[in-house]
Amino acid sequence: MATHAGGLTTAASVRIRDLHRSFTDDRPVLAGLDLDIAPGEFVALLGRSGSGKSTLLRALAGLDQDARGTGEIEVPEQVSVVFQDSRLLPWQRVLRNVVIGLAGPNAKARGREALAEVGLAGRERAWPRELSGGEQQRVALARSLVREPQLLLADEPFGALDALTRIKMHGLLRALYERHQPAVLLVTHDVDEAIVLADRVLVLDSGHVRTERRIDLDGDRDPSDPRFAAIRTELLAALGLGADHKETA
Amino acid sequence: MTAVEVEARREAAPAEHDDTAGGRASRPRGKRRLGPGKAIPFGYLIGPLLLLGVWSWGSAAGWIDPRVLTAPWTVAATAWDLWESGRLGPDLLVSTRRFAVGLAFGVAAGLALAVVSGLSRWGEAIVDGPVQLKRSIPNLALLPLLLLWFGIDERMKIITIALGVLIPIYLHTHNGLRSIDGRYAELAETLRLKPAAFIGRVVLPGALPGFFLGLRFAVTASWLSLVVVEQVNATSGIGYMMLLAGTYGQTDVIIVGLVLYGLLGLGSDAVVRLAQRRVLSWRRTLED
Ligand SMILES: Nc1ncnc2c1ncn2[C@@H]1O[C@H](COP(=O)(O)OP(=O)(O)O)[C@@H](O)[C@H]1O
Ligand SMILES: [Mg+2]
Repeated sequence: MATHAGGLTTAASVRIRDLHRSFTDDRPVLAGLDLDIAPGEFVALLGRSGSGKSTLLRALAGLDQDARGTGEIEVPEQVSVVFQDSRLLPWQRVLRNVVIGLAGPNAKARGREALAEVGLAGRERAWPRELSGGEQQRVALARSLVREPQLLLADEPFGALDALTRIKMHGLLRALYERHQPAVLLVTHDVDEAIVLADRVLVLDSGHVRTERRIDLDGDRDPSDPRFAAIRTELLAALGLGADHKETA
Repeated sequence: MTAVEVEARREAAPAEHDDTAGGRASRPRGKRRLGPGKAIPFGYLIGPLLLLGVWSWGSAAGWIDPRVLTAPWTVAATAWDLWESGRLGPDLLVSTRRFAVGLAFGVAAGLALAVVSGLSRWGEAIVDGPVQLKRSIPNLALLPLLLLWFGIDERMKIITIALGVLIPIYLHTHNGLRSIDGRYAELAETLRLKPAAFIGRVVLPGALPGFFLGLRFAVTASWLSLVVVEQVNATSGIGYMMLLAGTYGQTDVIIVGLVLYGLLGLGSDAVVRLAQRRVLSWRRTLED
């Protein structure tokens, strides 16, 4: 098992050095990966299916007991995780799901505030099954943010949502990010999502960060902007897809 | 759920229904095609009432010999007489108390063992084997030994009943605990839940459906054990009353006892089901 230190010794929020992870003997999933994320930086991680994105994220979250490997990982004290499924406890009402495990006398008030932030004020007493997929994922976001994380890890959080809901969630996530300023590592398979949201996009390939692209588009990021399209083409190429495959990506 | 509530809920969510109604293959609004459909109010009474109807009809038409099976009205009259003469009341009370105390002890023990064995490998290694052993030994076979150990007093009866109750509570709660989705444990890990919060918020609520299933079996088991202990060795209780009636050939009193056992069993099962509805209202199953 790698070291999973709490406190920070460097200016970076996340610091990974020479990270190795494997499940089988023949092929390592992560092979000597290095990664730094600055405090308050929004990083998106792309990669083909099976390239090890979830493995990396789970290593950062300390959830990789069944993986073998070495390496050095430093993460902040307060880390929150958003999963692809909202992972709400079906037997707890929405507010209880948000404040679960939260200590302090004003936990409920903070929970209400977080729910209002994600646009779900008034749904505190609903059961999770009474919410739509998008609403459930918003509750999961509220549950993460109410803990005021210094690092937010999200593994394809919008992967199960329809396209329209996903676009709305992009706006919400970006707004929440700007208000709370955690460092973010967002795993996604959607290239446009990565470009719209992140300050920096990484492409994982053969166990390394193969490509790194800073997103320097200012103001509203418009997918029809030619500069946006140029970055998309570049990233798709890094994913092994030529320009003619754009539509299927 | 009552019909009124169902109506109210449909009013509250018109959009959801418009979705389906807008589809091309239109079918009557709100009709569920698969699954058992809407709950019938007091539906659980229909079967027993039907049985009562057949019994009454058979007795009235003279198909059923009253020496074999007393007519329902005779049974009711006998029950009234027994009650009036003060013979039924005390026996009923004694039986009900044995049932309740045995059930309480059995549920507490079964629950405790299930949690210990469900949450720790060592607990399972120690607890599970003996419980499975007990499971394969019927209470009736255990009775002579329990008689020797605890005598013929109340203690022996309560212990016998509790042992019968413990098994279904343990089995179903343990199974409920173990089948909680591992992803919730992962979530608890990332939320850094303390062990107490993990057990209170994740494990126990998640195991409740299993526990309630076990409780329904346990209630029945409690009545069954009661019948056994009261007929084998007792000087009070409904079973004792029936035993006496048997030696005097009073079929009607025996039937009163049987009907009482049946009614008490049905009643307590209904109570458990009601509690289950209330507590598991977060679930949506074919039941609702
Ligand atoms: N718990 C596990 N046990 C065995 N193999 C695993 C496990 N988790 C992931 N893998 C393997 O590791 C590789 C990377 O998986 P993953 O990180 O989930 O990829 P991604 O999230 O990029 O799609 C895959 O080949 C997958 O089969
Ligand atoms: Mg993945």
